[in-house]
Amino acid sequence: MNAAPQKGSPAVEVEHLTVRFGDHLALEDVNLTVPAGAFVAIVGPNGAGKSTLLKVLLGLVPPSSGRVRILGRPTDGVDPRRIGYVPQFKTLDRTFPALAEELVASGLRRAWPGRLTPAERARVRAALERVGAGQLIGRPVGRFSGGELQRVYLARAFVRRPQLVMLDEPATGIDVLGEADMYRLLEDYQRETGATLLMITHDWEAAYHHATHVIVLNRRLIGFGPPERALSERCLREAFGHVGHAHGFAMVLEGERRA
Amino acid sequence: MLEVWSLPFMQRALLAGLVMALLAGYYGPFVVQRGLSFLGSGLAHAAFGGVALGLLLGLEPLWVAVPFTAAVALGITWVRERTHIRGDTAVGIFFAFSMALGIVFLSLKREYTAEAFTYLFGSILAVAPADLWASLALLALTALTLPLWGRWAYATFDRELAAADRVPVVLDDYLLAFLVALVVVVAMKLVGLLLVAAFLVIPAAAARQWARTFLGMVVGAVLVGTFSVFAGLLISYGYDLPSGATVVLLQAFVFTAAALVFRRAS
Ligand SMILES: Nc1ncnc2c1ncn2[C@@H]1O[C@H](COP(=O)(O)OP(=O)(O)O)[C@@H](O)[C@H]1O
Ligand SMILES: [Mg+2]
Repeated sequence: MNAAPQKGSPAVEVEHLTVRFGDHLALEDVNLTVPAGAFVAIVGPNGAGKSTLLKVLLGLVPPSSGRVRILGRPTDGVDPRRIGYVPQFKTLDRTFPALAEELVASGLRRAWPGRLTPAERARVRAALERVGAGQLIGRPVGRFSGGELQRVYLARAFVRRPQLVMLDEPATGIDVLGEADMYRLLEDYQRETGATLLMITHDWEAAYHHATHVIVLNRRLIGFGPPERALSERCLREAFGHVGHAHGFAMVLEGERRA
Repeated sequence: MLEVWSLPFMQRALLAGLVMALLAGYYGPFVVQRGLSFLGSGLAHAAFGGVALGLLLGLEPLWVAVPFTAAVALGITWVRERTHIRGDTAVGIFFAFSMALGIVFLSLKREYTAEAFTYLFGSILAVAPADLWASLALLALTALTLPLWGRWAYATFDRELAAADRVPVVLDDYLLAFLVALVVVVAMKLVGLLLVAAFLVIPAAAARQWARTFLGMVVGAVLVGTFSVFAGLLISYGYDLPSGATVVLLQAFVFTAAALVFRRAS
């Protein structure tokens, strides 16, 4: 199988994607094309199908109908080393005995390490250092704070130098990295590698400021495009329903635009 | 004390016990970390159903128990994968079902079935050469799976991350359940149905308390198992105690000591 990058192809192509769980419709006829090098924020209410969309792209959930290609290939034809994934931290099994260096090395090996080779340890150390977590290398992940986990999982995703990075609410729920720090890390990585980033977030304002594209999702695709267009009051109201927030946010953006 | 080990039956018991310690130390951490601790005793009861069927048919019980238990292990895994029923419930259902089958089979035989009782309590001091060969064969089969250890451990840590990296997690669930079933059948002959689960669970759980890595947990479980077999056989010989039970008591002692020494930090 030829795993060479498909130059010029979009990072993600989704055509008429529908996903059903039993009789529950999680995604309905979603169409979008993400150009390579984009920084995409995915927003939408709880249960909107945001995680499901990432899982389809990762090959974890099969489409009920429709077609998905990433990096120019069908999901099962892509070398997983070209994809980085930062899952929601709430899935972490804190009872599993694991050191930070092992967690990061699992991103290199695509298997759990018994012992690391010196070459692996050097790459793991470099990956942890670039996210400001070099001092965590030999520590057990079971006792990490949210912010520490966030850095270690970012290092795990970056260590394989992926061309497409998907992050599921990397900034939600726990005491997190200074948000500015996290966006700086993501943007540094992107500048260096030209990778495409897809990030689920609940923070519209951060999405507005950092993303090149925003996907507004609520089972159907409600908006997709540059932040100032996708995060319009109309789209947010359609996706989230509650008028107050959407209107408030639109006012904030309006104010910023004028200033 | 050393002349004990010149007795042929003690040598066989020690060899069988050490093979079990290796096997249980290798699979136990997967069983414990996957939340399948109950699977060991469930499969032992299933194995008892297989033994009873073998006795009823007049076949060598082990050769019926092996496929029977393996089938139950795959059935439990199938229920876990395909339904919304929790793993412990799936185990509980199969466990009761096969035990009930075993009781019915034994009653159909209408003869005194003393042999069935050796499976309840085990007989490590009366290990037959066939049982020894069976456990060595299982050890050899297990050695062939060493290249899979990394992906099994990966999926044990986080099934979704492993699946995203194209680890065949469902296939591996079946494979692990199948191999654990074989360990349980072989161990049942040695330590008995009632204590089989202890071998899979206690050494791994003890080692979890000090291990910082999953590999360390495996090594620790093997060491706890080896120590318990060695010391348990000596003590049971010296004080004329049931050997399987003495070994398990020592495992529990190590577990408790570890719990007292290695309190959870934070
Ligand atoms: N494996 C699954 N089986 C059944 N229903 C699911 C599964 N995964 C997600 N769902 C359902 O699909 C909907 C979308 O879920 P999800 O993609 O996790 O939403 P979001 O990430 O936007 O909060 C929810 O109603 C959820 O309950
Ligand atoms: Mg989600």
